[in-house]
Amino acid sequence: MKRFRRHGQESQRDRLKQELFQFNKTVEHGFPHQPSALGYSPSLQLLAIGTRSGAIKLYGAPGVEFMGLHDENAAVTQVHFLPHQVELVTLLDDNSLHMWTLRAHKGLSELLEIGRFTLTGPPGAPPSVTRVTAVLPHSSGELLLLGTEGGHVFIVEVPGFRELEERNISLDQVASSVPDDYIGRRNLEHVEALQENPVNPNQVVIGYGRGLMVVWDLEKQCQLESVWWTEDGGYILSSHSDGSYCRWMVGVDDVNEEEEKSDIPYGHFPCKAIMKIIQLPTEDGPPFLLFSGGMPRASYGDRHCITVIHGKTHVALDFTSRIIDFFVITDGLQQKGDPSALVVLVEEELVVIDLQTEGWPVIQTPYLVPLHSSAITCSHHVSAIPFKLWERISSVGELQNTHYSKKPWPITGGQSLAPDPPQRDLLLTGHEDGTVRFWDASGVCLSPMYKLSTAGVFDTDADPNDNMNQGTEGEWPPFRKVGCFDPYSDDPRLGIQKIHLCKYSGYLTVAGTAGQILVMELNDEAAEQTVEAKVVDLLQGQEGFRWKGHTRLDVREEPVLFPPGFQPFALVQCQPPAVVTALNLHSEWKLVAFGTSHGFGLFDYQQKNNVFVKCTLNPSDQLAMEGPLSRVKSIKKSLRQSFRRIRRSRVSLRKHHVNNAAKLQEANARLEAELAEMELAPVQRKIEARSSDDSFTGLVRTLYFADTFLSDSSHNSPSLWAGTNGGCVFAYMLRLPPVEHRADEPITAHPAKEIQLMHRAPVVGIVVLDGHGAPLPEPLEVAHDLARSPEMQGSHHLLVISEEQFKVFTLPKVSAKMKLKLTAIDGSRVRRVGVAWFGSNRSEDYGESGLVVLTNQGDLHVVSLPSVKLQVQYPCIRKEDVSGIASCVFTKHGQGFYLISPSEFERFSLSTRCLVEPRCLVGAPLHSGPQRRPQTDGISYCHILFAEVLQEIQKSLEGDQT
Amino acid sequence: MNKNHRVPSSRSLSAVEVKSKFGAEFRRFSLDRSKPGRFDEFYGLLQHVHRIPNVELLVGYADVHGDLLPINNDDNYHKAISTASPLLRLFLHRKEEADYTTFGTDSLTRKKNTVLSAVLLRPDANKKKPPVIISLPRDFRPVSSIIDVDILPETHRRVRLYKHGQEKPLGFYIRDGSSVRVTPQGLEKVPGIFISRMVPGGLAESTGLLAVNDEVLEVNGIEVAGKSLDQVTDMMIANSHNLIITVKPANQRNNVVRSGGGGGGGAASGSSGRSSDSGASYYGYSSPGGVGAAASMPTHIIQNFPVGEIESDEEDEDLVIEVGGEAEPIRRTGSNYSMPSLPRYEPHLNLRSATTSTLAMERRSLEEDGTVITL
Repeated sequence: MKRFRRHGQESQRDRLKQELFQFNKTVEHGFPHQPSALGYSPSLQLLAIGTRSGAIKLYGAPGVEFMGLHDENAAVTQVHFLPHQVELVTLLDDNSLHMWTLRAHKGLSELLEIGRFTLTGPPGAPPSVTRVTAVLPHSSGELLLLGTEGGHVFIVEVPGFRELEERNISLDQVASSVPDDYIGRRNLEHVEALQENPVNPNQVVIGYGRGLMVVWDLEKQCQLESVWWTEDGGYILSSHSDGSYCRWMVGVDDVNEEEEKSDIPYGHFPCKAIMKIIQLPTEDGPPFLLFSGGMPRASYGDRHCITVIHGKTHVALDFTSRIIDFFVITDGLQQKGDPSALVVLVEEELVVIDLQTEGWPVIQTPYLVPLHSSAITCSHHVSAIPFKLWERISSVGELQNTHYSKKPWPITGGQSLAPDPPQRDLLLTGHEDGTVRFWDASGVCLSPMYKLSTAGVFDTDADPNDNMNQGTEGEWPPFRKVGCFDPYSDDPRLGIQKIHLCKYSGYLTVAGTAGQILVMELNDEAAEQTVEAKVVDLLQGQEGFRWKGHTRLDVREEPVLFPPGFQPFALVQCQPPAVVTALNLHSEWKLVAFGTSHGFGLFDYQQKNNVFVKCTLNPSDQLAMEGPLSRVKSIKKSLRQSFRRIRRSRVSLRKHHVNNAAKLQEANARLEAELAEMELAPVQRKIEARSSDDSFTGLVRTLYFADTFLSDSSHNSPSLWAGTNGGCVFAYMLRLPPVEHRADEPITAHPAKEIQLMHRAPVVGIVVLDGHGAPLPEPLEVAHDLARSPEMQGSHHLLVISEEQFKVFTLPKVSAKMKLKLTAIDGSRVRRVGVAWFGSNRSEDYGESGLVVLTNQGDLHVVSLPSVKLQVQYPCIRKEDVSGIASCVFTKHGQGFYLISPSEFERFSLSTRCLVEPRCLVGAPLHSGPQRRPQTDGISYCHILFAEVLQEIQKSLEGDQT
Repeated sequence: MNKNHRVPSSRSLSAVEVKSKFGAEFRRFSLDRSKPGRFDEFYGLLQHVHRIPNVELLVGYADVHGDLLPINNDDNYHKAISTASPLLRLFLHRKEEADYTTFGTDSLTRKKNTVLSAVLLRPDANKKKPPVIISLPRDFRPVSSIIDVDILPETHRRVRLYKHGQEKPLGFYIRDGSSVRVTPQGLEKVPGIFISRMVPGGLAESTGLLAVNDEVLEVNGIEVAGKSLDQVTDMMIANSHNLIITVKPANQRNNVVRSGGGGGGGAASGSSGRSSDSGASYYGYSSPGGVGAAASMPTHIIQNFPVGEIESDEEDEDLVIEVGGEAEPIRRTGSNYSMPSLPRYEPHLNLRSATTSTLAMERRSLEEDGTVITL
């Protein structure tokens, strides 16, 4: 290799590479997967979410977000901010405590782990003694009270986690100071709750699992779930596993064992536990009482509810998934004002409810929006949206959001220092339920703009009048559905598979699971129209096949009223109705190309006429014909089912305690025999050259429009290119009538070229490079003066990207010019590919086009154009994360997105110039109370108003600690 | 791809249609498949039909894969007759003009200026050998070979499988496993890739050079250590046209012993000139009625190949069909056009000079190193 390196050029190239490429995972969009803990700092106005995978995420004002990951791969069970500090403590599943802080670094805040701690009990003590069940950060900011499973309360000094053994409240101490008749013979069980008296920080109530509350020793026999100290310090609320809650008057100096009030709100029949209870006063009115759970076990035991009671208003908010935690934000600096918003973390989304507006509407979240409200089936990114289209989309989107509260987002901590995004980018996600969601992907917050549903075009089983919100008057409990997570799809055929949006013309085409292709136009007014379907037979008379898959969707015959937004005006339905695997739209020529596993077609959406169809199906490919129920899968499935059957029979045998031991043994033997069989056959891979008889060779993988030299080198003409799974490229020359006759003269297409790649690997991308070696611009890009016209003087080149190699051919005579092999060298295969422009971070005017490639190993490559040479390579996704790799989508400027969980996109960047990442600062809160502050010279800690000063302080803090 | 162009004859299967070409002249005649006769009778017949009674000829035929193979004895004559379906294409050349190198695997396609298509076979050389039974090794089509014996440790074996142009499947499976390596820290168990199964009748099995439980060390010069089973599978499939795998045979008793041994090399140190001296194997010539003795004893060819052959770009000769410039009416384009009435096949080859990518260059140079020493 060294032999061939021309030294000077290479080093210059290396320098250029550094100026052009760098890899960063920048921001995670969407809703965290499997959240497990919620925390809130009223002083910082920051929200913290811990997840089961050990991640901790902080959110403040839109754009302010931090992420940290615990080294331990254990679930975060509790998150607590230290009052009036920038530190927070997390408790993990493995009983370790972690201290995190927000530290300023180069003018930006960073989330850092600064300490970890695990309680050590006395030698020989059982682990339950130190198993932490409750955490109370004391308002002094110096102490942490840790209640444990053994009933002890440990006191730890923070930061630094120094155990203050002499101050520990041991179970014996409690037992000896409490009258015997409260203790009984039974154990007090674990510490369930710890709460500090809001008025007197020296008073702490310890709630034991069995129901005893100490320091004021009150007792109730049913299991305690939660306690709450009212704002004035005069009452304690306790909630219980039988769905009841009690209010206790706190005596001034003596024991008061009279319960003030006890209630089972949804009583009569047995109720589920009230998991958490909060009461907050209002300035001039009745207090707000909020509690989670407590539903009647038999009839509504499966609901996930939070009840809000304020005076005569009583609502049971019915959430879409399990409630993890909730808190209430109150007005005013000291958090003493009226409750303003209820923040609820449920398993699949975050819901914020405006408690000050009539009807308690939901406040739309600027971040943490569940991307997966219906499963994401595909995504499409469009960079640099023209302002006019942006405005139109956001205004039709606003019409859909009228039911949201008008109040601004109540969590406002920190400040985002990220510059305004240089351009407006859209991310479109297609979903299983037939919707397409438009997201503003310009900046750090991925916020929803507009939602388009395609289901209305079709007759599906779901009755549109089947309203989920049908709340009959006087129903008890008074349910109200909140949240948007709805993973249940009415008809899987509606699923969106491919999306293409032309940002200049506002034409959108989407294609789905049942071979449906919709062409849509943005209309600012509602319109009633009938959508006529054009059925296109892709088999072209191929005989001997039987489609065993799903049927075509039925199109509604009557006119449908479409709301303002994208409205369908043409519909193509493929026959057989297989999944659409490739889609392209050329808005200048007004053509849509679509492909399935059987062939491809070209549709003229101006004349609403199909131009031509090409069947690519190999006559011996039975699998492609049978539809989604392939034989391979069904074998796997049947194997799995037989396993389940055996296991089930085993379980049921055990369950019923059948004394027929022989039967059980027989089942066991059968299972073991099958397992042994499985182990005997090792995982092995067949080594065989691909042949034309392989399955799905006809599946169309990519479609591409180009105005290039197809027949001779002096006349360019419009063309359509298609690449198949079997390594075949078809080129069609298109003849478009002159503009004035566009509506009435037919478009003609005739085959011009057919290239069979000898290595037969699936063709995943086709690009035509102009005379300068630059990719041809998008349709209408030149017309809008946003790209220079392609160089038509020099010869054009055709770049065919297969899963295994990149190959450049000359045009019009297709002869191979150069190539880059990938699979033959390192065994990786191309999974995703896109063309991107990389600007240099040194000189404003220098940039290059390149191919961005994601392989099945999860590595990202940049390949130069037109010379097809590997430039850089970065590991990005774990190779086992198949769905993450499949979900990846690239932008035109070297960024990309992929799903790290069903609900979250990770954004990454390969460009030095284009980088969207959170840049934010959180100042230490102002507080006159006891504070831990190092004595640094010359800086006053009071009345700090400006971020700059805060930064200085934080820097000096840093300096002190290091 | 060319097999699709063959249309089964509707004629009686007993007659073999023969199309014989000598110079610019064609002769057509037929033979009885069941009674082909002997080779020297056939040779006489050819001289007779071409009216060249005293010209010494080299006889070649195009087999089902489009390869040009010689006919110079009864066995390969019978083979040619029995496999002809339906047409037997013969190519005759004057013996004095003979170029022996044209025979062999893909001899019709290797020459850069010939056409890649069985339909339009246009060999520019065909030869006839005098009826000497033992012909030169180059008259045979290589199927597999052991290469780089001189640069590899004796415990390893580098095997080249020539898949191209054959109907036979490669025919083997690989699996994950672990092997023990000697490291400075002592013995260490490391993951490895092993051959797990041979398909009976497949290319891998028929060569006898690979066996179940052989550990795969390299694929086309790239080490597989650290690569997953799927990665190695993809590498092998990507190189399947010309697969070179380096294995550590499970059975270490059949290793090629470098000093002495074998055939005629003799010299203990020098490895040059040892090519193809320890025996030869070929498969596929054992017609049912034929002798087939050679095929039944698959011994190994030890060959050192010229560089150009190893970096074979045959696989890249993508087939390009230029569809005639004049358009069919649009209504008809929907119909199956993949068999155009008069397709023009354009061969195109990679320009191997400066345009080859660095990676390819790197690889070539590697391979160069592997063979240059031995030549």
